[in-house]
Amino acid sequence: MKQKELKIIKNEKLTDDVYRMVLEDDESLIEKPGQFINIKLDGFYLRRPISVADWDDKTVTIIYKVVGSGTEHMTSLDTGKKLDILLPLGNGFDISKSGNNPVLIGGGVGLPPMYGTAKKLIEAGITPQVIAGFNDSSQVFLIEELKVLGTQVHVTTVDGSMGTRGFVTDCLKDMEYSHVFACGPEPMLKAIDSVMAEGAEGQFSFEERMGCGFGACMGCSCKTKYGNKRICKDGPVLERGEIIW
Amino acid sequence: MVDMKVNLCGITMENPVMAASGTFGYGYEFAELYDINILGSFSFKGTTLEPRFGNPTPRIAECEAGLINSIGLQNPGVDAVINKELPTLGKVFNKPVMANVGGSSVEDYGKVAGMMDGCENIGWIEVNVSCPNVHDGGMAFGTDPAVVQEVTETVKASTGKPVIIKLSPNVTDITAIARACERGGADGVSLVNTMLGMRIDLKTGKPIIANKMGGFSGSAIFPVALRMVYQVYEAVDMPIVGIGGISTAEQVIEMMMAGATAVQIGAANLVNPYVCRDIINDLPDVMAKYGISSLSEITGGAH
Repeated sequence: MKQKELKIIKNEKLTDDVYRMVLEDDESLIEKPGQFINIKLDGFYLRRPISVADWDDKTVTIIYKVVGSGTEHMTSLDTGKKLDILLPLGNGFDISKSGNNPVLIGGGVGLPPMYGTAKKLIEAGITPQVIAGFNDSSQVFLIEELKVLGTQVHVTTVDGSMGTRGFVTDCLKDMEYSHVFACGPEPMLKAIDSVMAEGAEGQFSFEERMGCGFGACMGCSCKTKYGNKRICKDGPVLERGEIIW
Repeated sequence: MVDMKVNLCGITMENPVMAASGTFGYGYEFAELYDINILGSFSFKGTTLEPRFGNPTPRIAECEAGLINSIGLQNPGVDAVINKELPTLGKVFNKPVMANVGGSSVEDYGKVAGMMDGCENIGWIEVNVSCPNVHDGGMAFGTDPAVVQEVTETVKASTGKPVIIKLSPNVTDITAIARACERGGADGVSLVNTMLGMRIDLKTGKPIIANKMGGFSGSAIFPVALRMVYQVYEAVDMPIVGIGGISTAEQVIEMMMAGATAVQIGAANLVNPYVCRDIINDLPDVMAKYGISSLSEITGGAH
């Protein structure tokens, strides 16, 4: 983990409440898809942990949803402003376990880390399928970018206004896959687990209110089959086989 | 050349800056970031007789100038701390560390302190009678002078190491509690632990913290902590470790002028993991600015 000042080079609206921010960096610090960065904002005591959507040796891209006053404040930040950021944080997804036919599942703002995961899998010669779940078509984002990568994207919307009507599991239950990579609200992750075959492998990225984001405060602890873990440091990605639902 | 050395209960520290318990783990997360041997010392995560998972999540709620936490003394238990955490810490930290001890009963405090008595790298025992986040102990012990005295006496009988009692600000008269520590034979007191607080999520209409209430700390509590250190300095004749909302070298000096011999940095570590290093680096210049040549001489100077 390093503390750095990164300059905003883009901060654009994708949907009503989802934004993409591109930060300029001079080195490639992110090690794995599914890792996150922790951003200090003027006027807010705690940092904001946001997952990384994409990165290279010159940029880090995050896609964030406005969920409170902190993320609301982020939408007002202009390009050129420098942000105090801790990175990289968390364990991230281990793509070496993907097998030949992995499926990536992102629910709402859980989709961004799936973009980075898809990109790394494709670089490794494996083209994943993607299921992207939203409430309705007005909330859909990142689909074209995922298609440009070369992935096959299945969209589900709860109201049926785009793609398959229903939840990501309505799509998943008819699919064959070697490994599941998933990020989204906990009820979605639990539903995914419930339709997976016994013994099928997967990695699930969890969310929790964090204090520090780097393992010091024990604010985001959870119990697993292999002992207590910190979502921020030992997670946010947990193996399916260790999760206690 | 300024002199930052202080003496806390017979142990010389290179500087008065310590990291506070619960914000620094068992040290090695921070040892990955900088050489933690520059610290005066630090107080490790509150340790109990048995392993504890702590409270349900959410355990954290942000506030204007601080945060509320309700961890509930999550720790691996004293056996694991002695056999695993302390040897690991020994590889990255070569100074006496402060052992923070919690308990569910008076006997527990004594047992844990007794088990730690033989640990060479432990300098001081800090007794947490002030955690607001556990039902069966913690603050319940620290708000009654008679019980505080009993805990102090029990721990003192269990260890030869200096015993520092960590006090709760959630009391009517903190000087009465500090005097009870002194009667019980404490070597020092540290104050303050967190203040009982709450936030409500407007979307759900319910408290953010799963346990409803938690301990409030951060910049906002500095003036309250400073005032309590000032009061306790007048009430007792033993060293005080000043804790509460400190994030700058100036505030370290202010806390020492109020009566602290050493200080602990808590919540600020969670926001800026380098804050203790930054404070230690800034101290010589700030001392020079205010004409201070020796830090140990300013303790209680405001009285």
